[in-house]
Amino acid sequence: MRHGKARFVASFLAVPVVLYAYYVLWPYIQDIFYSLTNWGGYSDTQEFVGLDNYVRLIHDELIRKAFWHSVFFLVTVPVFTIALALLFAFLLNVGGRGSRAGVRGVWGSNVYKVIFFFPQVLSLVLIAIMWGAIYRGDGQGLLNGLLIKIGLVDADKPLAFVADPTPFLGVPAVLWWLLLIAVWGGTGFYMVLFSAAMQSIPKDIFEAATLDGASRVKTFFRVTLPLLRDSVSVAWVYLGFIALDMYALVYVMTPNQGGPDNASEVFASVINFTAFSKGQFGYACAIAVALGIFTLLLAAVQLRVTRRERIEY
Amino acid sequence: MSTVTTPPTSGVAGVKPAPAGKPRPTGGRASAGDVALSGFSHLFLLVWGAMVVLPLLWVVMSSLKSDAEIIKNPLSLIPDSLHWDNFTRAWTKGGFSGVFLDTVIIVGGGVLLTMLLGSMAAYVLARYEFPGNRVIYYLFLAGLTLPVYMAAVPLFKGTELLGNSIPFLGYNQYVMLILVYTAWSLSFTIFFMHSFFRTLPTTVAEAALVDGASHTSLFFRVMLPMAKPGLISIGIFNVIGQWNQWYLPVLLMQPAGGEEKHAPIAQALIGLSVNQGYKSDWSGMFAGITMAMLPVLAVYIIFQRQVQAGLTGSITK
Repeated sequence: MRHGKARFVASFLAVPVVLYAYYVLWPYIQDIFYSLTNWGGYSDTQEFVGLDNYVRLIHDELIRKAFWHSVFFLVTVPVFTIALALLFAFLLNVGGRGSRAGVRGVWGSNVYKVIFFFPQVLSLVLIAIMWGAIYRGDGQGLLNGLLIKIGLVDADKPLAFVADPTPFLGVPAVLWWLLLIAVWGGTGFYMVLFSAAMQSIPKDIFEAATLDGASRVKTFFRVTLPLLRDSVSVAWVYLGFIALDMYALVYVMTPNQGGPDNASEVFASVINFTAFSKGQFGYACAIAVALGIFTLLLAAVQLRVTRRERIEY
Repeated sequence: MSTVTTPPTSGVAGVKPAPAGKPRPTGGRASAGDVALSGFSHLFLLVWGAMVVLPLLWVVMSSLKSDAEIIKNPLSLIPDSLHWDNFTRAWTKGGFSGVFLDTVIIVGGGVLLTMLLGSMAAYVLARYEFPGNRVIYYLFLAGLTLPVYMAAVPLFKGTELLGNSIPFLGYNQYVMLILVYTAWSLSFTIFFMHSFFRTLPTTVAEAALVDGASHTSLFFRVMLPMAKPGLISIGIFNVIGQWNQWYLPVLLMQPAGGEEKHAPIAQALIGLSVNQGYKSDWSGMFAGITMAMLPVLAVYIIFQRQVQAGLTGSITK
């Protein structure tokens, strides 16, 4: 039976490994090499410049902006999405009329789940273009039109939305408008995820809580939420990656793909601009490596924070 | 005698049904509270539901208006008359007929190849001991953490280099994009299928080998069919992911001068919205978005159970 095992293993692994190595691993490794050169990209000559690119990177105002914008999304996207998704999952599963706390869902909960999930199957680009039409800076967009109609906005001075760099709570308004789209898109998916996790909690736990006289809200905070810890931490990690992916919205929706006035730059937009508009491939690779280190640190922190004893049931 | 009308869900509840006269804590007040909570729940859920549906509905409805009506009356959800010509214009002049074909070729090829190569590699890594097994597995896992933007510059250059010697692996080529999609989808597919193949019983495999099956036919005849539920989940994940992919085509589908551009749907939509400034064919743009959106939503509504289970399953696995 051992006969031909090695050949079999090799034949099954060869193609996937070669593909993955060439298109995924090799580019990452090359990043490190190129980041130490002054390569312009359009010629094939490059000089070794050591850590010059990294020194420049630390003092680069644009990178600093992009970094803080990424941090903003890393905090806000998970917080708002998870909070809303938990609220909706709670209403969905506990909000129905019934005698047992925590086990009766609202009427039509399946319909809600299907509808809330819609944005998840649409591409980010499609969502971005759709919201571009909603956010139009003249009276013809959906939001400006509505706001003018109910008198909240002056028809002569419609909101600029994604072209608005004025700070709100210390953060450019454009970022808040982009955040709204991310939360709009993600909430339904995480609601379904949390809802499934809630339903897998054994019902006798809720019954015990009810018998002890706990209200539903109390049951939710004292029983349900702690048992959802695993799902919430998984969601947190994934939303962290999504927050680093906000580039799709920035690319499609904002002026100059990072504007106005660099008010919506993220790491990816700076990499793209530096490489393909300014033709500084070496420097762009250094930014890419910085992004990679940032991501790995983040993953490590998230794993650290969210790791905890599992509750078995 | 136990009651058989309700399935015994869990130990205590099934064995000992609550006596009829058992006092519910403050019955009257609780039910009033129930009504309030239920109403409150519906209110909140309906508001969010409207926030999801109304923008989509608005886009679909705008796609049926004339340009003049969009400008004059942007908020109305009911068009004065149905302008189906927006769709024909987007389909022919907007180039959507070609775009759909491109997308089907690329995503079809990409998903098939991803599923085949991904499950082959996952199977071998999950069930065969050999030197380097862990290293290869962890290298595949590494691709899960790092963002694709990080690889942009070398990927761009690598594709150009390869295209110089092997034309069909250069820019703007179907085969190149299919291979790139596959390579970037392998990490998650292998991660997911690895844990799936681990759970399959070893006895079946041993029996088949004793019966004289080769390793290859064991995989294709026995293991792959047994892994069907996992394949469906990850297949849905890959179809949605690759259909919605935008960065890789924007980066790599760059036609040389005079060459016909191949663009999958997300990239074409970007082109449509960028060109908007010059043409201002608003109704045509709405028709384009609608055409990109409705098929996906229709498929989702038909298969919603599988899609929800597949996507939520693939994230928690």
